[in-house]
Amino acid sequence: MEYIILILAGILFATAVYNLLQKQLLRIIIGTVLLSHGAHLVILTMGKLKRGQPPILDDAVVNYTDPLPQALILTSIVISFGITSLLLVLAYRTAQENKTDNMEEMRGESNE
Amino acid sequence: MIFAVLIPLVFALLVPLLSKVKNKVHTGIFVLLIPLGIFLYFVRFIGNDFSPVRHTYNWIPSLGINFDFYLDGLSLLFVLLISGIGTLVVFYSIYYLHVSERLAHFYVYLLMFMSAMLGVVLSDNVFVLYSFWELTSISSFLLIGYWHHRERSRYGAQKSMLITVFGGLSMLGGLILLSVITGTTSIRGMIDQVDLIINNNYLPLILGLILLGAFTKSAQFPFHIWLPDAMEAPTPVSAYLHSATMVKAGIYLVARFLPIFVAFEWFYITVSLVGIVTLVWGSYMAVRQTDLKGILAFSTISQLGMIMAMLGFGTEAAIFAAVFHILNHATFKGSLFMIAGIIDHETGTRDIRKLGGLFTIMPISGTLAVFGTFSMAGVPFPFLNGFYSKELFFEATTKLSDQANGLASFLSTAIPYLAVFGSIFTFVYSMYLFFGVFTGPKKFDLLKKKPHEAPIGMLISPLILILGVIIIGLFPNIANSSLLVHATGGIMNSPMEPYHVHYWHGFDSIAFQMSLIVVGLGIVLFLTRKKWSNIYHVLPGKLSFNKVYDKLIQKIDDVSARVTNAYMTGSIKLYMSIILVAIIVATFTIMLTTGGLSNISFEDLAEVSVVDIAVVIIMVLAALATIFVNNKLALIIITGIVGFGISILFVIFRAPDLALTQLVVETVSMALFLLAYYHLPELRKREETLQTSTTNTIIAVGMGLLVTLTGFAAHSADWFNKISDYFVETAYKLGGGHNIVNVILVDMRGLDTLFEIAVLGIAALAIYGLIKLRNKEAE
Repeated sequence: MEYIILILAGILFATAVYNLLQKQLLRIIIGTVLLSHGAHLVILTMGKLKRGQPPILDDAVVNYTDPLPQALILTSIVISFGITSLLLVLAYRTAQENKTDNMEEMRGESNE
Repeated sequence: MIFAVLIPLVFALLVPLLSKVKNKVHTGIFVLLIPLGIFLYFVRFIGNDFSPVRHTYNWIPSLGINFDFYLDGLSLLFVLLISGIGTLVVFYSIYYLHVSERLAHFYVYLLMFMSAMLGVVLSDNVFVLYSFWELTSISSFLLIGYWHHRERSRYGAQKSMLITVFGGLSMLGGLILLSVITGTTSIRGMIDQVDLIINNNYLPLILGLILLGAFTKSAQFPFHIWLPDAMEAPTPVSAYLHSATMVKAGIYLVARFLPIFVAFEWFYITVSLVGIVTLVWGSYMAVRQTDLKGILAFSTISQLGMIMAMLGFGTEAAIFAAVFHILNHATFKGSLFMIAGIIDHETGTRDIRKLGGLFTIMPISGTLAVFGTFSMAGVPFPFLNGFYSKELFFEATTKLSDQANGLASFLSTAIPYLAVFGSIFTFVYSMYLFFGVFTGPKKFDLLKKKPHEAPIGMLISPLILILGVIIIGLFPNIANSSLLVHATGGIMNSPMEPYHVHYWHGFDSIAFQMSLIVVGLGIVLFLTRKKWSNIYHVLPGKLSFNKVYDKLIQKIDDVSARVTNAYMTGSIKLYMSIILVAIIVATFTIMLTTGGLSNISFEDLAEVSVVDIAVVIIMVLAALATIFVNNKLALIIITGIVGFGISILFVIFRAPDLALTQLVVETVSMALFLLAYYHLPELRKREETLQTSTTNTIIAVGMGLLVTLTGFAAHSADWFNKISDYFVETAYKLGGGHNIVNVILVDMRGLDTLFEIAVLGIAALAIYGLIKLRNKEAE
C-alpha cells in the first residue's frame, strides 16, 4: 500500500510541477494545491499506513496508528489553506490591475 | 618606531581642523613638521657602526600578526628617502598648490600615504606589510584622482587602483603560502628557513605571486601602463609617489625577499629579464612622448627596470649598484618632476612642442635641469651621480655569473647589449627633455601665460635635490660606509665590506667604453631625431598595452553582462525550471553515488484493498486531467476531486481529524476558487511549442520520480524507534486527553499551533489589505 501511495504522491508532484511551469496564474495556483496534497501524502506514508486503530485512546485497543505525522499534516493543511487563499486573492488583484493573467507578460523594467 | 609610522596618520586627523585657517597660514606649513621630524628621528641611525633595531607591539598575537618593526640598512635607506623627499615635496607643494584648492584633502591623503609607505618598509610581519601595502594603493588612488572633476584623473586613478590591487592580492597569496610553509609570519623568520622554502614544490608559484605584486607596484613591463596615466595627479604627488617612493615599493619587496629566492634560478631569469625589458621599452617609449610628465613617467619606468634588473643579477656588486641608483634616481628624478611642475606652473603648458627657449627667462630652473637631465642620461662628468650608478650597472651586466640553464646563459650574454641599447635612448630623451624645453626658438605666442622665473620658495626643493646630485657626484663614497653598505648588507642578509666607487675606471675599462658608445650614439640619434621618429609608426604602431587594458576592461563588462542577461531574463518560469532542475540533478546524483536506491525492500507493507485502488485511480485521473482541461470551472472541480480523494484516503488510513479538516478546508477552498473564478480571465488553450512542453514534461516527471524514489528509499530504511510511542503512552497521563493527535497539537507541540494560527491571521489581514487598499491616485 505504501508504495502505491508514494507513486500517487509522485504523480501529484509531477502534475503539480507541470502546472507550476505554465503561464496562467490559475494553473500555477492549482499547481501549488496539488503540490501540498502530494507532500501531505508523503508525510503520512512515512509514518507507515494501516498499522492499528485511529489514535484515540481506548482501553480495548493495543495498537494505534502513528499520531505524530497526523499532527504535522494537520498543521500543514491549515497553513497551505492560508497560502492558497492569499495566492488566490493576489491572483485576482494582479489580473485586475494588470489586465492580464499571463506570467510572461508580467515583467519588471529592464535592468531593474 | 611605531610612533614614527603612525604619527602621520594621527596628524592627518588634525589637518581638517588646521585647514580652517588656510587663508592666513597655508596648511602645508603645519604638515611640513611631520616628515621633517621623522627624518631627523631616523637620521641619527646613520653611521658606520649601524646595527639593526627591532621593536614589537602586539596587534593580533593569536594569529601571529603583530607590529614587528625591523630597521636594517635597507629599511633605513627607504625611510630616509620617504621622509626626506616627503619634506621637500610638502615644502614644494606649499608654493605649488594655491590656498583655493582643497588643501585638507590633499594633505590628509599625503600623510596617509607617508604612514603607509613607512609601514611597508619597516614591517617585518608579512601581513602588516600587506596592510600598509594596500594603504599605499588606496592613498595613491585618492591622490591621482585629486582633481576628480577631470575625466582623465578618474580614469588614471581607477587604472592604477585596478592594476596595483591586482598585484597586491597576488602578493597576499604568495605571502600566505610562505607563512604556511614556514610556520612564521616574520620575514626574518622566513629568511632563516630558506632551505625549507627553496625545496618546496610551491616555490615557483610563490615566486610568481610575489613578483606579480612587485612588478605591478613598480610599473614593470607590461604592467607599466598605469604610471603614465597617474601623471594626472598634482605634480608634487608625481614627484613623491610616482618617482621616489611608491614605485620603489616593488623594488623594496624584491630586495627584501632576495635572500629567500636568490638561490632559485628562475628568480634570476624572471627579474633580470623583466627589468631589462622594462628598461629598454620605457626608454624607447619616452622619446615618443610630448608631455613633460609623460617623458618623466616613461623615464621612471625605464630606471625602475634598471634597478629591478640589477636586483635580478643578484651579485654583490650589482646589488650595491642598485642601492646606489635607488638613492641617485630619487634625487634627480624628484627634482626633474618639480622642475616640470615649475614649467607647467609658469607657462601654463606641459606640452614640449609648445615650449622652447626658456633658458634666458628661467635661468635657475634651467641650470637645475641641466644637472638633473645630464645625471639621468649618465653623461660622464665627475659631478653627476647618475654617471657612477650607470657605470656600475654596465660593469655588473658584464660580470654576470655563468648559468647552467640554456635560457639563463643566453640571457647573460644578451643583457649587456640590451643595457647599452636602452641607455642610448635614455640619453636621447634626457637631451630632448632639456634642449627641447630650454633652448631653441621661443614660441611664447603659443603659451597661455607670459613665462617668468618661479618664486624662490618653489625652487628650494629642487635645488636641494640637485645639490644632492652634485655632492654625491663629487664625493661618490660619501654615504657608502655609513648607509649604502648597510643597505646592501641588509639585502644580502650578510654584512658587507665597505665598497669604493671609483672616479675613473680607465680607458680600458669595459664599462667606460660602453658609456662612450652610449654617449656617442646618443648624440647622433638625438641630432637626427626627426629623421628616424617614423619608426614609432612601425613599433609600437598600433600595438599598445593601453588598448589591451581598455579592451580587457570592456570585455569583462560585456561578458558578465551577457552571462547575467542570459539567465536573468525576468521570466519566472525559467527561474522555476532552473531551481527544479538543480534540485533534481543534485538529489539524483547523491542518491546514485551513495547507493540510496540499492536497498529498496518490498517487505513490511500494508495490505491493499479494492476501494483503495479505486480511490487512487480516480485521483490519478483527476490530477492528470488538470493538465489537459481548458475550462476553468472544470479545472477547479477536478482539483476538488483530488482534495476530496485525499480526505477519503485519510479515512482509510485511520486519521479522523485529518479527514475532517481536509473535508472542511477543501470545501472552503472550492468556495474561494469559485469566488475568484468569476474575476479571473477565461483559460486559454495552451499555446506552446513541442520543445517547451517536452522540457516541462521532463522536469515534471523528474520531480515526480524524485519524490517517489526518495519515499521508497526512506520507507525501506528503518533507523530507530518512533517517538510516537511516548505520545501514545503519555497523552492521557500528561495531557489529560484521549485524542492523541489533539493532545500533540495543543499540549506536546503547542508552539506549532500558535504560529499556525498566526499564519492564518496574517493571511487574513493580507487578504483584507489586498482587497481594501487601493492606490487611489492610479484609479
